[in-house]
Amino acid sequence: MSRSEISRAARLLMRHTGLFKLGPECSSAAVVGTRSKFTHSKEGKVLHPDLLNAAVLKTQYAVRGELYLRAEELRKAGKEIIFTNVGNPHALGAKPMTFPRQVASLCIAPFLLERPDVETLFPKDAITRAKKILAAFKGGVGAYTDSRGNPLIREEVAKFFEERDGVPSNPDHVFLTDGASVAVRMCLNAVIRDENDGILVPIPQYPLYSASIQLYGGTLVPYYLDETKNWALSIDSLKKSVKDARAQGKHVRAMVFINPGNPTGQCLSEENLKELIKFAYDEQIVLMADEVYQENVYQDERPFISARKVMHAMGEPYRSSVELVSFHTVSKGAGGECGLRGGCMEMTNIHKGAIEEIYKCASINLSPNTMGQISISCLVNPPKPGDDSYEQYNKERTEELASLRRRAHMVTNAFNNLEGVTCNFTEGAMYSFPRIRLPPKAIEAAKKMGKAPDVLYCLRLLEATGISTVPGSGFGQEEGTFHLRTTILPREEVMNTFVSKFSDFHQKFIKEFS
Amino acid sequence: MPTKTTKSVLSLESINSNVIEAEYAVRGEIVQIAQKLAKELEKGATLPFQKLVWCNIGNPQILGQKPITYFRQVLSLCEYPELLSVPEVEKLFPTDVLSRARQLLEQIPGGVGAYSESAGAFVVRKLVAEAIARRDRHPCNPEEIYMTDGASPAVHYMMDLLIRDGRNDAVMVPIPQYPLYSATLTLYGGKLVPYMLNESCGWSLDVQHLRQQLHTAREQGLCVRGMVVINPGNPTGQCLSLQNQEDILMFCKEESLVLIADEVYQANIYDEKKEFFSFKKVVCDMGILNEVPLVSLHSISKGFVGECGRRGGYMAVTGFPESVTEQILKLASINLCPNISGQICCALMMNPPQEGEPSFELYEKEKNAILGSLKRRAELLVSALNKLEGVSCNAAEGALYAFPRITLPQKAIDVAKSLGKSPDWLYCRDLLQQYGIVVVPGSGFGQADGTFHFRTTFLPSETDIGLVVDNLTSFHTKFMVQYGGIRNTNGTHHLNGCSDS
Repeated sequence: MSRSEISRAARLLMRHTGLFKLGPECSSAAVVGTRSKFTHSKEGKVLHPDLLNAAVLKTQYAVRGELYLRAEELRKAGKEIIFTNVGNPHALGAKPMTFPRQVASLCIAPFLLERPDVETLFPKDAITRAKKILAAFKGGVGAYTDSRGNPLIREEVAKFFEERDGVPSNPDHVFLTDGASVAVRMCLNAVIRDENDGILVPIPQYPLYSASIQLYGGTLVPYYLDETKNWALSIDSLKKSVKDARAQGKHVRAMVFINPGNPTGQCLSEENLKELIKFAYDEQIVLMADEVYQENVYQDERPFISARKVMHAMGEPYRSSVELVSFHTVSKGAGGECGLRGGCMEMTNIHKGAIEEIYKCASINLSPNTMGQISISCLVNPPKPGDDSYEQYNKERTEELASLRRRAHMVTNAFNNLEGVTCNFTEGAMYSFPRIRLPPKAIEAAKKMGKAPDVLYCLRLLEATGISTVPGSGFGQEEGTFHLRTTILPREEVMNTFVSKFSDFHQKFIKEFS
Repeated sequence: MPTKTTKSVLSLESINSNVIEAEYAVRGEIVQIAQKLAKELEKGATLPFQKLVWCNIGNPQILGQKPITYFRQVLSLCEYPELLSVPEVEKLFPTDVLSRARQLLEQIPGGVGAYSESAGAFVVRKLVAEAIARRDRHPCNPEEIYMTDGASPAVHYMMDLLIRDGRNDAVMVPIPQYPLYSATLTLYGGKLVPYMLNESCGWSLDVQHLRQQLHTAREQGLCVRGMVVINPGNPTGQCLSLQNQEDILMFCKEESLVLIADEVYQANIYDEKKEFFSFKKVVCDMGILNEVPLVSLHSISKGFVGECGRRGGYMAVTGFPESVTEQILKLASINLCPNISGQICCALMMNPPQEGEPSFELYEKEKNAILGSLKRRAELLVSALNKLEGVSCNAAEGALYAFPRITLPQKAIDVAKSLGKSPDWLYCRDLLQQYGIVVVPGSGFGQADGTFHFRTTFLPSETDIGLVVDNLTSFHTKFMVQYGGIRNTNGTHHLNGCSDS
């Protein structure tokens, strides 16, 4: 083709092909001769910080924000840092559960299965499981799977949801993702059309939600958890939030709730969940149930109960109407396999057309990573009584959860022993979220530095002790209150040291600013 | 309180419209039909074919390509470090595998089960940077490297960063293109400014044309922020000449454009006369490294490694101010980190066994076998396609695909129109339904107006590809006959509207 023919072809293509719509506001007639209102470059740079997508610039993710970046700086300079800023058990010495890793190892190196001595290296059930998985993964773990995840694994996940909740689950309504965060974001991206779409988010919240809502151009509609009532969720508070949002012209489309809570740890009662579901039905809101900590429960009064189960038990009209998405992951629980990036979501009462669109978006990234998928399989379909690995698996699981329960108490008590600090018990999840009454002089000093007071506290804590936490302002909190989030993940053997370092620092800090 | 309706909140009418508009043909409608047929076959239905042959996607291992042993050995130890303590471990694995696994486990805190730094574990980035420096003979700082779950997330980050609110930001994309680019532009609300690759000149690129397209876009009020280049090309397979690369870099420098260089097929080059030069190398050789914002993408999914399902890759970022790379890091941190196993695989790909090491021989053998086989299959398929009436296919200089141009009879075009589909869609659908071969219509990649193509991989194994070729040939004849295609009895091509350049 000659040059002019190429140009002509390109112009035709731009105008006619569906792929390259210019959009109604950019028809040639309207914009010929007008320049874009956006500046192309600044100081000779097109990639100038002032010329980036504003939503990206505004987005914050405190878990790996200012405090973490400072901690990294100090670590690189040689300081020993205790990373209690993120729920990352293995980084603090937790060991992986054995069975899933044995299965993973065999799946990734199938030639091990052909060795005559394989049964001296691996238990029989790990071998059987690996073979079953490999038979279902055509081409092995190196091939892209179905964009929703391998069908066998999705069936296992559906079965898990069915057994957990007492209601059947459709494997085609289960999506596996590179961590639960990806699934959350897929849903938010679908729900948020423009800045008028509001998403209810608990305050305090896990900042994946605020960050994603910001990125997708929606509005975060906060509802406050009540610290004085053990971080309880109040329907009245929810209703008020919705009312206020609507008064500002927002369409409240979805509601996130985190159960057990993050950073707050509270476990919702069955009554609470019923109220929530009724609320979602009345207001016609999509429920996003972040239940990634469902295995991490440290009290017996309120065991974990899934939204899906409660909704089904409520019968009609709730059972068939409330649009519910439930999230789970391999990153938490007893296994803590954060680095594998294995997550899933189950969609109940979600419109078929919406599921197709979400499927389409998933397919743009081709498929979730296979090792994460295999880890999900081991999570939802673990060794059963009678299997070779059952005893060890059960022991590892029980011991880790018991240890977490003890650490939940240790940390809560330690905080409650500090002057001016109160801390609700960590009923679940992996965090402690103490409230710190900062002396007025500290608040003033922070103001002078242009920092939030809890940021100042956390920075000083980091510099004095190497303990890396996340200021409460990163999660949201009642105006005038200050918190920080730390994990409860340091091992029991070092927990006393952790607590005493914290304690020493706190006393010094209070003294300094008295 | 809204009136209670039976409409779902999340229905087709009420979902983010960018999501609705985005299209991704590689797993589009033809593939969905294929999935339905696959299910029917499983249930024992009788179809005109015994099995489906998935030629729609560059997914080598599903079609029988074996993984590289060394990588899998190291990874199995990283997944299950207890094996390292087993007394017989030295009988299980060669010593270089053992030491590599130990090194990685020592230097990745928490092993494969812990979140790493959001840009990737430092030891991984260091290994990748060292390999890039060796490849390009220019320094590479680990801080330039951001590991990603496959190369695709990197494209998302860049589109998210570049496309501002207001719907006038645009990125230049080659036509034909890999539809990740069009899809992400739609998702992020940006515009695509096409630049045509010249089919009759081996899919080469013309800088004058680039300028023309840019000029036209600006006249229409678009703010063109960047340019994508795929080298080797997808679906087209061409390797850019060094001159082309220099022209592109100069163009980006002069017009202040971010260059996104998709180089995931850099290890798939079959034309001995061509050599891969990374854009990083060229921009350094030209002495303008700091003047061109450049994002280079790589992945473990392609090459001879083919570890698609593992999701491993990286973006190497140069010529960006720190205030901007901070934003990339921030975006990456929201998903905490890419999967560690994929990160490790990427580091291994870039740092394979060296001569003298125990695993070297087997590694080289496996690598050469796969590359040699890919080359043979590429040539076999392209040559067979060129024998078909009304079909012409440029040589696959690189990548994993053939992108033949087909001349469709008017009747076929009319039938397609009546179905509301593109004519190449009709061709692909009939091929699927009659022979079970799954390919992707050219309209999914973009093509010059009035031309029709399809993309097929040449990944079916050497045992199967002969049959694929035979079936394609039979189908093509049938199709042309059915739709009254042009017959030329001495078997030469007859392409309508093909102009000489």
